Amino acid sequence: MKENEYLDLDFTDITTQLPLDRREFLKVIGGGIVVFLTIGDPTTAEAQRRRGRLPTDFNAFLRVGEDGRVTCFTGKIEMGQGVITSIPQSLADELDVPLDSVDIVMGDTDLCPWDMGTFGSMTTRFFVPPLREAAAEARAVLMELAAEHLKVPVDQLRVEAGVISDKKNSKNKVTYAELAKGKKIERYMEEKPPPKDFSELKVVGKPVMRRDALEKVTGVAKFAGDIRLSGMLYARILRPPAHDAKLTSVDTSAAEKMEGVQVVRDGDLVAVLHKLPDVAEAALAKVKAQYDRPESSVNDKTIFDHLLKTASESDTGAEGGNLAEGKKLSAHVFEETYLNSYVAHAPIENHTAIARIKGNKVTVWASTQAPFRVKDQVAEALGFPAENVRIIAPFVGGGFGGKTRCQQGIEAARLAKITGKPIQVAWSRAEEFFYDTFRPAAVVKITSGITDSGRISLWDYGVYYAGGRGSQQFYDIPHHRTMTHGGGRAHPFGTGAWRAPANNTNTFARESQIDIMAAKAGMDPVEFRLKNLKNEQVIRILKAAADRFGWTPAKAPSGRGYGVACGTDAGTWVAHMAEVEVDKNGHVQVKRVVCAQDMGLVINPQGATLQVESCVTMGLGYALAEEIRFKGGEILDSNFDTYEITRFSWTPEIETVLIDSDASPQGGGEPAIICMGGVVANAIFDATGARLFQLPMTPARIKEAMQKG
Amino acid sequence: MMETLSFKLNGKPMEMALDGERSLLWVLRTDLGLTGTKFGCGEGICGACTVIVDKEPVRSCQFSVKDVNGKEVITIEGLSRNGDLHPLQKAFVSHDALQCGFCTPGMILNAYSLLLKNPEPTREEIVESMEDNLCRCGSYGRIIEAIQTAAQEIKLLGKA
Repeated sequence: MKENEYLDLDFTDITTQLPLDRREFLKVIGGGIVVFLTIGDPTTAEAQRRRGRLPTDFNAFLRVGEDGRVTCFTGKIEMGQGVITSIPQSLADELDVPLDSVDIVMGDTDLCPWDMGTFGSMTTRFFVPPLREAAAEARAVLMELAAEHLKVPVDQLRVEAGVISDKKNSKNKVTYAELAKGKKIERYMEEKPPPKDFSELKVVGKPVMRRDALEKVTGVAKFAGDIRLSGMLYARILRPPAHDAKLTSVDTSAAEKMEGVQVVRDGDLVAVLHKLPDVAEAALAKVKAQYDRPESSVNDKTIFDHLLKTASESDTGAEGGNLAEGKKLSAHVFEETYLNSYVAHAPIENHTAIARIKGNKVTVWASTQAPFRVKDQVAEALGFPAENVRIIAPFVGGGFGGKTRCQQGIEAARLAKITGKPIQVAWSRAEEFFYDTFRPAAVVKITSGITDSGRISLWDYGVYYAGGRGSQQFYDIPHHRTMTHGGGRAHPFGTGAWRAPANNTNTFARESQIDIMAAKAGMDPVEFRLKNLKNEQVIRILKAAADRFGWTPAKAPSGRGYGVACGTDAGTWVAHMAEVEVDKNGHVQVKRVVCAQDMGLVINPQGATLQVESCVTMGLGYALAEEIRFKGGEILDSNFDTYEITRFSWTPEIETVLIDSDASPQGGGEPAIICMGGVVANAIFDATGARLFQLPMTPARIKEAMQKG
Repeated sequence: MMETLSFKLNGKPMEMALDGERSLLWVLRTDLGLTGTKFGCGEGICGACTVIVDKEPVRSCQFSVKDVNGKEVITIEGLSRNGDLHPLQKAFVSHDALQCGFCTPGMILNAYSLLLKNPEPTREEIVESMEDNLCRCGSYGRIIEAIQTAAQEIKLLGKA
């Protein structure tokens, strides 16, 4: 599966209208110098073309304003991943202005041009390169204007901190603000001036602290639920007890008797509204509803057999050599099955939206990773033309892939249309768990083999329902095949992209299998990997991780509790090493994690380090505890009491090694999470000799594996 | 039942007539417009709604507003004084101890109460008292460091 294909899987229901007219934008921009650009990466452009609904115009622009300030307008959103800081870094460098004179306007569909959404670790890879080219174009325009103004040729000019001066007479100078004043210059990127060479960059590559931190530590930062509108009502919506339940009758009379409560029924939507959210909540508790519920035998225990039975479509991702030949070459053959359960996104901010209709225009403030997608959905739900719909994504309180869908925005808009009042829909934690698009439960089956000398001779890999991202192995194996299986109605509820989709499942299975073979070969797991690798990038990060970790060779289980795993995601390569302690009850304490990451040129080393720490910390959750329990369409986990995520006491010492590279920048938000299942599984084996084949590796499962010996 | 409550909110005296059984969280967020206090889980598990009542951290989603009568409430909006950030706020910024920032107000206020009681906590003591505040972005390690830094600064300043 190609890098971007999972996006298609995830976004098949996009019905993008044409973007707003260019003139509409120009009205709101004001004066100055404006450069429009389209995302130049062919893979993204190709993905969009295949969908056939691409904005043919532009999808970002930047302005050098009459005050000399630089502003980037982008449909990307900030959900903690830090692009609010790294995008301005790139612009500051390209335009030679101080970082604090760069502004960024994000996620507002009236102010920002069309954008597919913020996911897939794509902002830095696909959005920043053309943005740098646009900045180079703006700089070229400014240089031309300055040459005219200062009456010297362009090559006699230098720029520093937004001031252009004559190299021969430094008193002969002019500021960006003076040049932009009273101008209205539009440029459209056709021939792209080359941006600066990476070696010339001064702001990029330097650690920069978050620019949204001050607002966030003072409580000033606005998330969707913090928007307050005059006359606004809070809605609580009647929800079914299970995804497959059908409403047969509803009695809202008791709720209607409550003072100030308004009840709305519109087809399947039953909502109670009040000017106070807690009163709306109390009113909902008084609504009585009956449902028809089918019997279902699918639950969190039987799901894996169900998946294997349901799979009806297969796709060969990669193959080489001849599997029968590989089997003949193998002195030892290993057949293993790996499982992982459904996992929730569980951001601390629940899905929230506020909708207001004024005249024929609707504005929706929503916690969403894809404001332009919501725009089209709201337009369709209300029967409004898309140009009358404005979506604003304020700060998003964590997304991880779970806020690419925005059901709550549509619900708020429908209720606003029915009532004529501004409406807030904020999900409870139970609704958050119920309507989450979980990381899918999945099965991986691997048959592999090694020769007497410890060379991998066979690799036959099949993944069911996780998806293909990260499934292709990168070891030097002569006879191999990678298949992805799926199809049919497999899941009793919604599933979707969860931070590094599919790759957590695939990397756990692959790296566990590699360790099983290393142990059989009687080799240190790092040496076994190096012996079976030709890929220089992986070799380099494995060595870098081993250096920092202080890895010394030993055959597992060595009793030390050391583990290793490596992989690739979003163009970035990662290698992890971990040290764990396991007690007799199967409780694991991860003491230390080293992550070496090769992500090409690092735009903001501080931001990249934060993302690695985030991945390692969040990843411990799916490795050790996170698992959705369910019975048919009924979700049995509804809050953090039974659905455990990583806590303070679990947090290991985390060390990040960023490899020096001047290759083009790659993704940083997701890669370092992919190894967490594998590295912990391998460390548990090294500590105890117990091999875990199922995520999460709960104390009960570890204890059972230890007893098996 | 409607009742009149008097309490101090972020240093200012307040008087409100309202149903005392309502939760402090929604009174803060809706009636008083103080949206820095966040709703996370609604059951007192995640800590996003933490505020300070008479120096103790409380889960405002589980706390009846009548119980603030005669007491002093501090929310994230009241932590900085005269425009100066509290040392904890400064340390959260300088350590990059946040990402999405949604759990941050609760984290800072819980830490504030810890430092009032224990001005020089060990790492273990910090972990123990912060354990029930959840962060999905994975900033725990940096939050621990920020609390240690703030504790040092408060010690140097000689006041909390």
